[in-house]
Amino acid sequence: MGRAAPSSTVRDSAAVEAPLTWLAPLAPVPAGRIDRAGLVERLRLTVVSAALAAAGIAALVLAVLMVASFPALLSLTGFLMLWLVVPLAALLTRAHRAVAARLLGEPVVARYSGTTDRNPFLAVFAWARDPARWRDFAFCWFSGTGGLIMSILPVAFFVGPLIHIIIGLAQGNWLWFTIASVLYGPAWLVWWFITVPLTRGRLRADRGILDQSRVAQLQQRVDQVVRSRSATADHSEAELRRIERDLHDGAQARIAAAGMNVGLAEKLVHSDPDAAVELLREARDTTVGALEELRTLVRGIHPPVLADRGLVGGIEALAIPIPIPVTVALRLPRLPAPIESAVYFAVAECLANIAKHARATRAWVVGDHDGDTLRLTVGDDGQGGADPRGSGLAGIARRLGTFDGTLTLTSPDGGGTEVRMEVRCRAL
Amino acid sequence: MPGTLRALVAEDQTLLRVGLVRILEAGGMEIVAAVDTAEALADALTRDDLDVAIVDVRLPPTFTTEGLEAVVRARSSRPDLPVLVLSQYVEPLYARELLAAGNGSVGYLLKDRVVDVDGFVAAVRQVAGGGTVLDPEVVAGLVSARPLNRLTDREREVLTLMAEGRSNAAIAGRLYVTEKAVDKHINNIFTKLDLPPAPDDNRRVLAVLAWLNAV
Repeated sequence: MGRAAPSSTVRDSAAVEAPLTWLAPLAPVPAGRIDRAGLVERLRLTVVSAALAAAGIAALVLAVLMVASFPALLSLTGFLMLWLVVPLAALLTRAHRAVAARLLGEPVVARYSGTTDRNPFLAVFAWARDPARWRDFAFCWFSGTGGLIMSILPVAFFVGPLIHIIIGLAQGNWLWFTIASVLYGPAWLVWWFITVPLTRGRLRADRGILDQSRVAQLQQRVDQVVRSRSATADHSEAELRRIERDLHDGAQARIAAAGMNVGLAEKLVHSDPDAAVELLREARDTTVGALEELRTLVRGIHPPVLADRGLVGGIEALAIPIPIPVTVALRLPRLPAPIESAVYFAVAECLANIAKHARATRAWVVGDHDGDTLRLTVGDDGQGGADPRGSGLAGIARRLGTFDGTLTLTSPDGGGTEVRMEVRCRAL
Repeated sequence: MPGTLRALVAEDQTLLRVGLVRILEAGGMEIVAAVDTAEALADALTRDDLDVAIVDVRLPPTFTTEGLEAVVRARSSRPDLPVLVLSQYVEPLYARELLAAGNGSVGYLLKDRVVDVDGFVAAVRQVAGGGTVLDPEVVAGLVSARPLNRLTDREREVLTLMAEGRSNAAIAGRLYVTEKAVDKHINNIFTKLDLPPAPDDNRRVLAVLAWLNAV
């Protein structure tokens, strides 16, 4: 049994590189249909189970050694045992992850804490703090106990009858053959029914213990959220500063000037009426300028048409001044204002890019909302070749990223450009 | 101008409403109603003794585009009802909706234009007389975005003034050229934009705008 484990380990890790039919994904073989494909699949799974059972015995040995090493940690022996056993367990679980991933057709991922350049004594403590190592430990126990039984059953139900029948045939003992056939025939029936569910159950259990991809995914999401949140915070901070400066240098200054002119006109109205009229006219023009600046500023913050009409009206308004025909086909409810705003500016940027760079003859904005996701495509039939790292597109992606939105650019040379946006959001 | 124009003012901000009433009365008009909600506006627009309505786009209760919507509805049953719509900002989308409802007798201006009191009163009278007045900003936005490269600078100027609803005489006065020269420019514009020549000022404006929006 000591030999069985390494041999299965070697085969499993080899499978990571070369696609073996032994490790093809599980095929759907209903028990009710008796055919060649069903037989081949069950035979294959029986062989896989045999390998898993053999590995399970090795795993049991490793599990026992690990437990035995805990009291021995008081001396050097315990450390020595762990240095040997823990990496072996990792090797074994790695093979099992590969097998489960191949047969279930889904990635099974481990995330060990890095222990490479650590002091060997500290490595043991690092292992003790690493949930992935404890998963290895738990897996060794499972693989050597419950898992072992799950894997050995298909093998036993197949091989048991086979051996007796072969013995009967080999010795020409027909009585033996008949008794074996009658007694063991039903065992093959059992084998036919249990092999697929047991193997699948075993692989799923392996994945359940060993897979940390959900953890990895969550970690990745958290990183992403942290990044986008800080980018947004920076962005809003810069925006606020810009607005403050624009107000200060623009409208505020103009209104102050107008007030001064009016005050001066008040003084002069009797002594020099002509000058007073001139000052009043200036004051009037100045207020018009102030209004103009405020309008521009408001458009940049939250376009009034968007507030009035929502995304559909907003995007229709964006399409009007574009010098090529733009088809707008949108079926959208009113969405939360920040999302409408982000998508509006995204579409504005895309349409501006089309007008400036695409050399297109027509463009389209198509989108709908299926209850929890907004999907929107801005496309054109122009020259393509848009640069995804262009500052405009990067800005759009960042802004959408704040709302967990994604942006996909398809822009082959000469093949038009399509920007697809997806944002998860609820209708108002 | 024949007789006293009877005007309706719909504006929710009291200061502006009072100011508008004052300016229009100073311009020799009679204010038959001054309302501050979309509901009151819808009622007032059905009055028979109304020569022109001056309406703010944004009115209570939702402060979006109730004013515009009330006007569009009223003009679907009274297509000749003269309406001048005022707004804090102009939006080509709304200009299109306004032009599509009814025929002529329509204006769409920024509130800023009111500070030019004489110009504003003239615009009201023009609308009341069946003309079309669009804010230069709407027109400029459309013209600058269109590939009107075939037009000369002078022709562009003429086109913009034309879309603002000015007569040939007014355009001539503004550009310091003769009316005949303006005629020639307009004919060139119509030829270059493939528009059928139209004698009436108002239809001329609408033809140009239709072309600008349809391309």
